Amino acid sequence: MKAKQVPQDNSPSYSGHKKLLYAVNDSGHYTGIQSSGWEIENFATQMAVDELKQQTLRAIDDYHSGKASALAYHMCKHRFDISALAQSTGFFQWQIRRHLLPQIFNRLSERKLNIYADIFSITTAQLTRVPEQP
Amino acid sequence: MSEIVNHLLHQQSSHCETGVVANMLSSKGFAMSEPMAFGLASALTFAYLPFVKIGGLPLIAYRMPPKTIIKSVAKKLNIELISRKFSSPKKGMQALDQALAEGHIVGLQTSVYWLPYFPEDMRFHFNAHNLTVYGKNEQGDYLISDPVFEEVVTCSPESLERARFAKGALAPKGLMYILGEVPENIDLAPQIYKSIKKTAKMMNGIPLPGIPFFGVKGIHYLAKKITELEKKPSKYARLYLGHIVRMQEEIGTGGAGFRFIFASFLDESSKLTGDAELFELSQFTTEIGDQWRTFAVQAVLFCKDRKSISLQDISDVLIKCAEMEKQLQSRLLSLSAFK
Repeated sequence: MKAKQVPQDNSPSYSGHKKLLYAVNDSGHYTGIQSSGWEIENFATQMAVDELKQQTLRAIDDYHSGKASALAYHMCKHRFDISALAQSTGFFQWQIRRHLLPQIFNRLSERKLNIYADIFSITTAQLTRVPEQP
Repeated sequence: MSEIVNHLLHQQSSHCETGVVANMLSSKGFAMSEPMAFGLASALTFAYLPFVKIGGLPLIAYRMPPKTIIKSVAKKLNIELISRKFSSPKKGMQALDQALAEGHIVGLQTSVYWLPYFPEDMRFHFNAHNLTVYGKNEQGDYLISDPVFEEVVTCSPESLERARFAKGALAPKGLMYILGEVPENIDLAPQIYKSIKKTAKMMNGIPLPGIPFFGVKGIHYLAKKITELEKKPSKYARLYLGHIVRMQEEIGTGGAGFRFIFASFLDESSKLTGDAELFELSQFTTEIGDQWRTFAVQAVLFCKDRKSISLQDISDVLIKCAEMEKQLQSRLLSLSAFK
């Protein structure tokens, strides 16, 4: 990549920051060049972020329609998936899958709720609540 | 609270670990660029890890696993690396304060998710992010040189503690490290050739049948996986391709999955040793990097409008990358310090 070709596409996901890329200057040698973003990369990032947003919205709907527990929402909101949450909490994946069901989650012990609350860095009271909007 | 500011030269980098190594060494009076740290550590590779999942998608890495870079650079330069892990967060923070008070600059492994200065869209659960702490201000916030940022930043003790003691895959367990004394005279040239040989040897993958996940073999394997996306739902195919592009470009790789950093290392090595062949290899590696960027463009084109390009076409671009890397490997292997 030539220094002049380093994209400057002002990616929103950079929030005004610039990243360092390496590119070739006119004499053919390498130099570090700041980039404000690349449209291609931004599209990929945005796709992943949108997917997470959709999952969060679905979790809110599922909670209010009684299909999922509040844990589903907090898991999405804090960008965990079941396997990452299992590694962080020490629960098995099958346990977490059960905790995603409202009838099981509502009967969870204070100790288990504390483990989740601690991982998300929120209180247990917050853990059992889900807002109407994200 | 009294202020502590230890001597540190902050230079922005593409990648966290190489950036921390380069900044720590430069601060200690040994000028080291990020690409040189990357090359000396023989960090360039390719790995497709289907059993490590991120959000349900396989991990794709373009460099050696976390911590290998700092370890191998310290070893190559014969500098002592003093590192500690902690079971208690409180002790971990005390040890950090003590090291700062003693005048050290301290490298830390942290989780990206809990660092408040990261933009929202870039915060995810990645536990092997490296940064350097160089002091504390009057409010008790830590002064941090995060190598991927343009300028130095600050972070509250609470957030830093969370980030250092985040749980999960690659959990940092409060890892902190300090570099020992830097020897007066270091001859980089022999180390450069050794590191290049090591990189080249790894480029074909692991010589075991049934393990096609690494090096050139790994790239061919990924190319095959892309053609197989034909049978999967369109949404999965889009997320999968987008995921590869993110691994290659977004996650601090200096562009093209570290290929440009490696080319820059070869360029710098050529200047240092006066070996013109290294410069030619740098140019060839740039072509390889450009090929990876083309792959990213085509993959995203498919995500935008699946009719405009076929999965086979995208896979072919990747196979071209693999073939070029195979050529690079044989050229690197035949390289000799004695002309």
